[in-house]
Amino acid sequence: MNFVRKQLPRWLVSLPVALLLHTGAQAETVARYGISMADIPLTTGQPDRGAGAYQFTGHTIYDPLVAWEANIATRPGKLVPGLASSWKVDPKDNKKWLFTLRKGVKFHDGSELKADAVVWNLDKVLSDKSPQYDAKQSAQVRPRIPSIASYRMVDDYTVEISTKDVDSLFPYQLPWFLISSPAQWEKLGHDWNKIASQPSGTGPFKLDKLVPRQRAELVKNVAYWDKARMAKTDRIILMPIPDAMTRANALLNGQVDIIETPPPDVLPQLKSSGFKIVQNVTPHVWPYHFSTQPGSPWTDIRVRKAANLAIDRDAIVKLLNGLAKPAKGQVDATNPWFGKPSFDLKYDVKTAKELMAQAGYSPAKPLKAKVIIAQGGSGQMLSLPMNEFIQQSLAEVGIQLEFEVVELENLYLHWRSGAKSDMNAGKGITAINLGYVTADPFYAITRFVDSRYIAPNGVNWGGYSNPKVDGAIDTIRKNFDPKIQDKLLAEIHQTMVDDALMLWVVHDLNPHAISPKVQEFVQAQHWFQDLTTIRMK
Amino acid sequence: MFAYILKRLFYALPIALSVTVVSFMLVYLAPGDPLNAIAPADAPADVIEALKSAYGLDRPVPVQYGLWLWRALQGDLGTSIASGRSVVSEVFSAVGNTLLLAGIASGLGVLVGCVLGALAGYKHGGGVDRAATALSVVGVSIPHYWLGLVLTIIFSTWLGWFPAMGAGPGGSTDWSWDWEHVRYLVLPSVTLSVIPMGIITRTVRALVADMLAQEFVVALRARGLGGMAVFRHVAKNTAPTVLAVAGLQVGYLMGGSILVETVFAWPGTGFLLNTAIFQRDMPLLQGTLLVLCMFFVGLNLLVDIVQPLIDPRMGRG
Repeated sequence: MNFVRKQLPRWLVSLPVALLLHTGAQAETVARYGISMADIPLTTGQPDRGAGAYQFTGHTIYDPLVAWEANIATRPGKLVPGLASSWKVDPKDNKKWLFTLRKGVKFHDGSELKADAVVWNLDKVLSDKSPQYDAKQSAQVRPRIPSIASYRMVDDYTVEISTKDVDSLFPYQLPWFLISSPAQWEKLGHDWNKIASQPSGTGPFKLDKLVPRQRAELVKNVAYWDKARMAKTDRIILMPIPDAMTRANALLNGQVDIIETPPPDVLPQLKSSGFKIVQNVTPHVWPYHFSTQPGSPWTDIRVRKAANLAIDRDAIVKLLNGLAKPAKGQVDATNPWFGKPSFDLKYDVKTAKELMAQAGYSPAKPLKAKVIIAQGGSGQMLSLPMNEFIQQSLAEVGIQLEFEVVELENLYLHWRSGAKSDMNAGKGITAINLGYVTADPFYAITRFVDSRYIAPNGVNWGGYSNPKVDGAIDTIRKNFDPKIQDKLLAEIHQTMVDDALMLWVVHDLNPHAISPKVQEFVQAQHWFQDLTTIRMK
Repeated sequence: MFAYILKRLFYALPIALSVTVVSFMLVYLAPGDPLNAIAPADAPADVIEALKSAYGLDRPVPVQYGLWLWRALQGDLGTSIASGRSVVSEVFSAVGNTLLLAGIASGLGVLVGCVLGALAGYKHGGGVDRAATALSVVGVSIPHYWLGLVLTIIFSTWLGWFPAMGAGPGGSTDWSWDWEHVRYLVLPSVTLSVIPMGIITRTVRALVADMLAQEFVVALRARGLGGMAVFRHVAKNTAPTVLAVAGLQVGYLMGGSILVETVFAWPGTGFLLNTAIFQRDMPLLQGTLLVLCMFFVGLNLLVDIVQPLIDPRMGRG
């Protein structure tokens, strides 16, 4: 009894302390991620280097008003509340949207998120008169939020954004727009370059260390507002390794735990060494975008259909060691916007030859066409071998392709200027091969078929114009019922496929190779991957 | 000697000015648009035009060159379009990493090249000569990129002796001279040293063999000088040429190797150039080219100045 009386208080005090110390002594979990970029994307708020960069320094450090559900692998994600807990369109004026902000959300620097911060961020990228305007961030996001006309703070937790026209698809633009801290900008002397190394957002990670071109270390934000999306790893180290073979070697060597885009040739070795290949349907398509301008050989639908039937897509997938999925259209057949096209993109050389014969061509008397392609680069997959495969396949049905091979950056110039420009039509270029992101209705469908987006106003490269499609797009924009939107989008997609607007080849599966040390990594059906889902053993 | 140095410095000035013109203009010859570094691929025309104006890219090229040169003379190479960071800080942090790598690779290449070349020259026509010649031919012919990958597969992936990439466990900013860091240097420096090693081996071999056939060597031997004493004379007479060749090779390595640094994700000037080229980051590309070219000009100037110190005949011309 004496023992109990003496020892019990000691135990009562020492046990929690010991447990606390034990918890503190637990090793920090670290995931080292070899990324395919040559540098860490911008950390100031709006990442550069394309859609794929948002998963690294965008949705990790920052949050958008409306987010994309990226922690689910079994179905396409959807729009979910982000910093705005809800949003609605004004029933009296459908151009006005009201966003209600979450209460109690804090930036990494401790300041609170309120409506004035959202307006400040909109000024940051849309108003070149505002002191916080940043041309670099603006260039990244302005093209992605084209509908915004004006905005204002209604009260501390409500923001009103007006669009140029009634646009029911407007919320899809908002996952691109990320909110950074005005207080941090003040604290760091209004210097965006300083903010690059000391950014402050509301996201699930904080930036702990940035060494340009070498690493960015993200640490878990333990005070993150969304407990369901709390990071499962304490620290994620992003390491730019642009060479695919070097990335694979670094993984095999144990220098990194996850890599994106492993080279297809190394897959057998990776698998036999115990590494896992994770891939999923991804909003991406690798097409030839045809010019429908007068004088282009692709104006004849029989030729466009023949080209689509001449390709053995399964063989291309084999060439890529399984890192792709045959395309049946602009979006994957499981996508709600796919619809029911009557034209089936299958491998049917006989029908392709018949169509070419009807158009007046044959292997002996081939139709000649010039296509501009990139030698490689982001989204281009194995550009040269795939293009050579297509060249051989089309030759079999009487289409003789000539390639103009340029660097990806140069290809973008040709893309932006449109098929009609001197840069393309002047040089006899009548098709362009460029990997497309197909993440939302605008990116996947409307930007390519809306006649108001014919280049240089947009990226309707070939100059496709169909009054029925334009009418359907207008109806979608004015209709706020997601089911009707999906139905109309499916109808437009159906028309695209039946018109064989492009030669669709494969969808990228955005493969990742992960070490056995990684217990969990959810690969969403998107370019936005959620790094909070990485769990280490 | 002083007049000689002044003359060399004077000759270097027009070269340096030409270098600034070439560094600036070359970038304009390449296809592509510098705004790709900042604008998304689908940026509409009005965004592109606004950016051109914001970055001064809408001005005539000679005006852009004049402004750039004026700022460069004051030590300001502008800011990177892509990252917004100062080009000077970007270039000098990369130069530091390349110097580290190139220093080790040069030392290795020159040392092994001189030893192999001297051995081959002394044993002219023998087995050692044939082996050294074969090794030097392989060294000169083998593609860097391929060798780097093969070395990585063998020594990193299979044997696990050395890291496959990077500049230290915490990046180059945490560099220290212990094995944990030095092991990151082994594979890239061996890869990089192979070409200078091959060239220097061939040069030294030819010079030594030629020198040994000279009458003064016969005379030295006739006077009873030992092997080491004769070697000293041979070495002294071959040194100016070897120094000139080694200087060029060291300069070449200091310029960074785009392929080797990319294969090993080594954050040096080659890696920086690679990033700048593919992003069309013009200020970064122009600044990096300028610094590297100036480095080359400086190194050649140094070799020109050192050569007469070793062989006074060269200073008289």
